[in-house]
Amino acid sequence: MSEVPLAVAMRGIVKRFPGVLANDHVDFELRAGEVHALLGENGAGKSTLMSVLSGLYKPEAGAIVVRGRPVNFNSPRDAIAAGLGMIHQHFMLVESQSVTENILLGLDQPRFVMRLAEYDRRIAELGDRFGLSVSPTSKIWQLSVGEQQRVEILKMLYRGVQVLIMDEPTAVLAPQEIDGLFTTLRAMVAEGKSIVFISHKLNEVMAIADRVTVLRQGKVTAAGLPTSQTSIPELAKLMVGRTVLFDLHKKPQPPGAVVLELERVSAINNKGQACLHNFSLQVRAGEIVGIAGVAGNGQSELAEVITGLRRATSGRILLHGADSTQASVRAVIAQGVSHVPEDRTHVGSAPNLSITDNIIMKQYRAAPVAQGWSLNRLAARQRAELLKDEYRILAPTVQTAARTLSGGNLQRVILARELSAKPRLLIAMQPTRGLDVGAIEGVQRLLLAQREAGAAILLVSEELEEIFALSDRIVVIYEGEVAGEVTTHDTDAIGLLMMGGGRSQTQPAPPAQPAA
Amino acid sequence: MATPTTTAAPRRRRFPYRLQVEPRLTVPRWLSPVVSFGALIVALVLGAIILELVGADWAQAYGHIAKAAFGDIGVFSDTLVKATPLILTGLACTVAFQMKLWNIGAEGQYVMGALGAAVVVLAPVLPPETPRFIQIPVMVVFGVVFGALWGAVPGLLKAKLKVNEIITSLMMNYIAIELVNYFVFAVWSEGGFQQSATFPKTSWLPRLTDYAKDLPILRGLTTHFGLILALLAAGLVWLILYRSLWGYEIRLIGDNPRAAEYAGLNITRNTILVMMLSGALAGLAGMSEITGTLHRLQTGLGAGYGFSGVIVAWLAKLNPLVVIPVSVLFGGLILAGREIQPSGVPRLIQGIILFMLIASEVLLRYQVRLVRVAALEAGRA
Repeated sequence: MSEVPLAVAMRGIVKRFPGVLANDHVDFELRAGEVHALLGENGAGKSTLMSVLSGLYKPEAGAIVVRGRPVNFNSPRDAIAAGLGMIHQHFMLVESQSVTENILLGLDQPRFVMRLAEYDRRIAELGDRFGLSVSPTSKIWQLSVGEQQRVEILKMLYRGVQVLIMDEPTAVLAPQEIDGLFTTLRAMVAEGKSIVFISHKLNEVMAIADRVTVLRQGKVTAAGLPTSQTSIPELAKLMVGRTVLFDLHKKPQPPGAVVLELERVSAINNKGQACLHNFSLQVRAGEIVGIAGVAGNGQSELAEVITGLRRATSGRILLHGADSTQASVRAVIAQGVSHVPEDRTHVGSAPNLSITDNIIMKQYRAAPVAQGWSLNRLAARQRAELLKDEYRILAPTVQTAARTLSGGNLQRVILARELSAKPRLLIAMQPTRGLDVGAIEGVQRLLLAQREAGAAILLVSEELEEIFALSDRIVVIYEGEVAGEVTTHDTDAIGLLMMGGGRSQTQPAPPAQPAA
Repeated sequence: MATPTTTAAPRRRRFPYRLQVEPRLTVPRWLSPVVSFGALIVALVLGAIILELVGADWAQAYGHIAKAAFGDIGVFSDTLVKATPLILTGLACTVAFQMKLWNIGAEGQYVMGALGAAVVVLAPVLPPETPRFIQIPVMVVFGVVFGALWGAVPGLLKAKLKVNEIITSLMMNYIAIELVNYFVFAVWSEGGFQQSATFPKTSWLPRLTDYAKDLPILRGLTTHFGLILALLAAGLVWLILYRSLWGYEIRLIGDNPRAAEYAGLNITRNTILVMMLSGALAGLAGMSEITGTLHRLQTGLGAGYGFSGVIVAWLAKLNPLVVIPVSVLFGGLILAGREIQPSGVPRLIQGIILFMLIASEVLLRYQVRLVRVAALEAGRA
């Protein structure tokens, strides 16, 4: 082992946040030319550890050695200068600028005259070398999420990083795009670069990583374990600390009356482009309809049109048989529609308000929280405390600001609010995105419990396994249209539909039937 | 010609300590008042240094300011008179800022409130012999309504047409001021002077000095009933913001309008209503000032109270109850400032205080630690 030089060695890293020991004397070793997965539940300290490595946070204790030289980073700039770059879950790109401009942003070269054509050429070459196809002159807003990720990778490659840290890179990608990413990563490794792959998706870790380090509650539970010597159940156990059941027991049950019906609905997105086109769909009580598709194919707008946040330009939306095409958000909520939004921080919650204030967001006008004109704070608090226990929201008190919660806990707050309303229709957008194995299992059980309670559920997810595990029917969406409906769990067929291919090979979606 | 960049950092002797700045995840309750107090002290020290540099005795200057503002019951009463409109305009800004509506038109709404109150007497809406207990409530209503309507205009434009309220509310100030000037010069001018006739006594807000017959100690104290109105308004605004459904909506929209929309709140309606409430409070300030101290319509009514309201609201961190002490402090500075110098140093000290308080916000958001570089290097080994 000693003949392989270490690209990075982190020793005894301690990072404390108020009330949390995010990293408790963590050691981490990265060899040159390997893909090293960093696995762990939400809040296990993976992102914190890598933020320390990339210069974003400073550790309370511990040392970092890069290629044998001790380093002390004051900013991500220092880390990049030492050859370490991190790509965060949220991309840091300027939407209105071109790919090349984004890549050059913040660099010393070019100094004054931009000579963009010259740099466009260089970036195209760099992209070809690593299989990252993206047009250097495109503006960021014109690119898909997968292409934006390629720009982020190019940005790091252009800066000459030797170690690339990727925080949950596959969360936003379609299966085919994931394959493309893996090809790129392998090309980088072949050139001697190292990759840290933060993830909680066990199958991906097994597919791409050479070794795995597992974190649980800020401590290392497995250090540099070769993937060839481990298995998915073992990793899951190391990660969660208990054996995880991968089988959900979904009871067969016949669907009930039609709750939601879309008849040839079209809509336009914020840029004025068509995003839904003649979209027809039925969801019945007690059934889960999964919408599979690559992000940005109209899923968000679909949810917005149903919940009254966006107006349909044509077509009809029926809730319990009554027309709700023009209904306000409040009227739709009053019809028993709950909505777990895609964007937890920007749509689903108010960051500086307390958990209590976030919990009552949709019910504050109803007794006992509302008392005439006044807000019964005691009742609101009691409700929040009840739900905090029921949904196992981990926070010091219900007065804690939502912004301090981890992704999984914030999602529990949102689920607590949406599911406790006893919805008759539930729109669940990416309900488990970014959550860890244990939390995913919990959320999926909650959704199945709602199904058994007779709710109609529209599940939008990019996780095919989740769609397969939960859905009674699966509708594939591509460019705002129904690309097809499938009942078999055939990943290849769905993948093809998701990429816009093979539309002719599958049955079209059933035509909308008139409301009963 | 572009010169090649050097990558090797120049070697230099480093300062043995370094500041580490990290974002805070939680802010302890006690921190905010402690930081604000610290900022105030730093500002006073800086002010002292400047006073010393211009050749003045800082201790004497500060002593004089303290005495001129809070030295005895007489000057303290004057301080409260100055604080009264500040509380109300501070509240006006607080309400709007809580919803992230940047109403900087409190000055114009204040002037309109004063005009509304004047209309009751000068138009006249009520005859001069109307008893005080009818006259004053009617003037309050007129002042509040005029202010609210003036606030509603930028509110409507913002809500319906997405016009930036900062620009419109600011421009509305100048319109209001010139409108009042028109009435002062062209309609109700007394003998061509830039002021109207004095209001009848029945329209004056009761002052402490009015009760000197029974309590001689009150003689000469000009603190008026407007202070009571301001304190009641502060309580009311606190109730609205923190205890009512409406206040919850205001805070939710202010914190995350997209979440508010998702939860089904009506942002358009709230934008108009909050601007009206803000305008109403500023209008009440104008009404209180014109019926409590000036007793006539005149030019230069605003005296910057509306703009100071922005500062007061900000210093009070948008807490309606903290607006009260901040206004008293500010009122004292205005009063004492005039005592020692018509402009200049007192304004400068005000500016430094404001600057320090706003700069100190950084300490609430970030944790700053002084660490020894040597300790950091040792940690690496």
